[in-house]
Amino acid sequence: MKKTMTCIECPRGCALEVTLENEWKVSAVAGHQCPRGEKYARQEIEAPTRTLTTAVLTRGLELRMLPVRTSAPIPKGRLMDAMAAVKKIVVSSPVEAGQAVAENFLGLGVDLVATRPLGPAPESPAN
Amino acid sequence: MKKRDLVVVGGGPAGMAAARAARDAGVRDILLIERDSHLGGILNQCIHPGFGLHRFKAELTGPEYADRFVKMTAAAPEIEVSLRSFVVKLTPEKRVSYLRPGALEEVEARAVIMATGCRERTREMIPIPGTRPAGVYPAGLAQKMINMEGWIPGREAVIVGSGDIGLIMARRMALEGVKVKAVIEIQDKTRGLVRNVVQCLEDFGIPLYMRHKVARIYGRDRVEGVDVVRVDDNLAAVPGSEFSLACDTVLVSVGLIPENELLEAAGAAIDPRTNGPVSAELKGTSIPGVFACGNSFKVYDLVDWVSRDSELAGKAAAAYLAGGAR
Repeated sequence: MKKTMTCIECPRGCALEVTLENEWKVSAVAGHQCPRGEKYARQEIEAPTRTLTTAVLTRGLELRMLPVRTSAPIPKGRLMDAMAAVKKIVVSSPVEAGQAVAENFLGLGVDLVATRPLGPAPESPAN
Repeated sequence: MKKRDLVVVGGGPAGMAAARAARDAGVRDILLIERDSHLGGILNQCIHPGFGLHRFKAELTGPEYADRFVKMTAAAPEIEVSLRSFVVKLTPEKRVSYLRPGALEEVEARAVIMATGCRERTREMIPIPGTRPAGVYPAGLAQKMINMEGWIPGREAVIVGSGDIGLIMARRMALEGVKVKAVIEIQDKTRGLVRNVVQCLEDFGIPLYMRHKVARIYGRDRVEGVDVVRVDDNLAAVPGSEFSLACDTVLVSVGLIPENELLEAAGAAIDPRTNGPVSAELKGTSIPGVFACGNSFKVYDLVDWVSRDSELAGKAAAAYLAGGAR
C-alpha cells in the first residue's frame, strides 16, 4: 500500500511517497530531500501528534478568555476530546504564563498551561 | 505642556521592541502609549504557535512571544507605559495628543516612533457582490471574537482567502465545533505555509478550492450561503462552474493595510499604493525625528522581523536625540 503526503518540516514541502506495511506501520519513504522528511512521515503515520492551542473561559479575571496550550503534543485523534474537556474548564484564580490550569490533561501525561499571565479583574475585591 | 524625549505610539511587538531598543541605546525618558488595557497588540489574539523561531529559537504562541517583551518593557524604568490611551493627533512639531480615561493629555516630544500596526482589508475592498447581511467578518475580527471574547461567530462558515490568517481561522473554528465548508482562494496556490495547509485544513477535512472565487453572498438579515465559481488564468469566471454552499458565516482574509492616519494628518508623505510612509530607510518618515516601524511601516509575515526592524527604529530615534540628526 502506498500513500502520498506533504512534508511540513520546512517551507520546501517535499511530496513524500510512503510505502505502508499496514495502516499503522511505514516500511519505506521516498521523495524526501533530507532525513527530517523520513522521520516526519513515520511519525505522522505511526503516531501523529499535535500541540493544541485554544482558550478557556475565566471568571473574575482581567480578560474574559485565557489562552492555553498543551505542554507537549498530544495524539491527533484526541484533539476533539480535548476541546470538549477544555469547554468545561473555568479559570477563576490569577495565573502566570506557563502555569498549569489542568494537570495530566485527559490522562495524556501533559498539562494544559496558560500562555499569558492574567490578574484579577480591576473591580474584583482581590485587586 | 509636558515634555518627553521619546514618545512611542502603539504597545504591540513593534512599539515594545522600539521602546526597549531606544532605552538600551541611552534614551532615559520614554512614554509608550497603548490604547488597549494590555501591551502586546495583535499577538494577544494570535493564540496559535509559530512565533519566535528566529528570535528566541523556540516555537511560542503569540501571547508567549508578547509576554517576553512585556517583561523586558517592565524591567526598564525609563519606559513609562500609558494604557487605555488613544492618540488622536500628531503634529509635525512632534506634539502628541491622547485620550486616557478621564483626561485629554498633550505632550511635546523630541522624537516620536509610530508603531500603529495595520488594519484588515474588508469584503468591500475585493469586492464580493450580493446582499449585505450580518455574518461577514474580517478573519482577524473573528479571531478576536473567539480567542479574546469567547464568542463563536456562527455554525457553518466559508473562508475567503488562504493566507495564514485564513488557514489558522479555519482550524480555530473547526476546533470550536464550527463546520468549515471551504476555503476559497482565487490564486493557483496558497500564500500560507505548507504546514498550515496540512495542520489547519487536511487535519479537519476542510476543502481548499484554488482558482475559485466567491461570486455572490446570499441572505437578507443573516448570511444564508455563497456561490462559488472557478476562474481561469485571467481570473475571469468560468461559465457553468458555479456551485453553492450553505453557510451562516463568511470570513474574509484578503490582506492587511498599514494604518497611518495620524502620520498622514501630520503631513508625512504616504505611499498611496502601500499606505506605508515614504522613507529612504526601513524605519523613517518624511518628518525629521518621527520614525515608523512594524506593520504600520510595511506588512510583515513574521513578528520576529518586526522585532528586529523595530529595534532599528529605536536605535535611530536614540541617535537622533543624541546628535540632533540621523
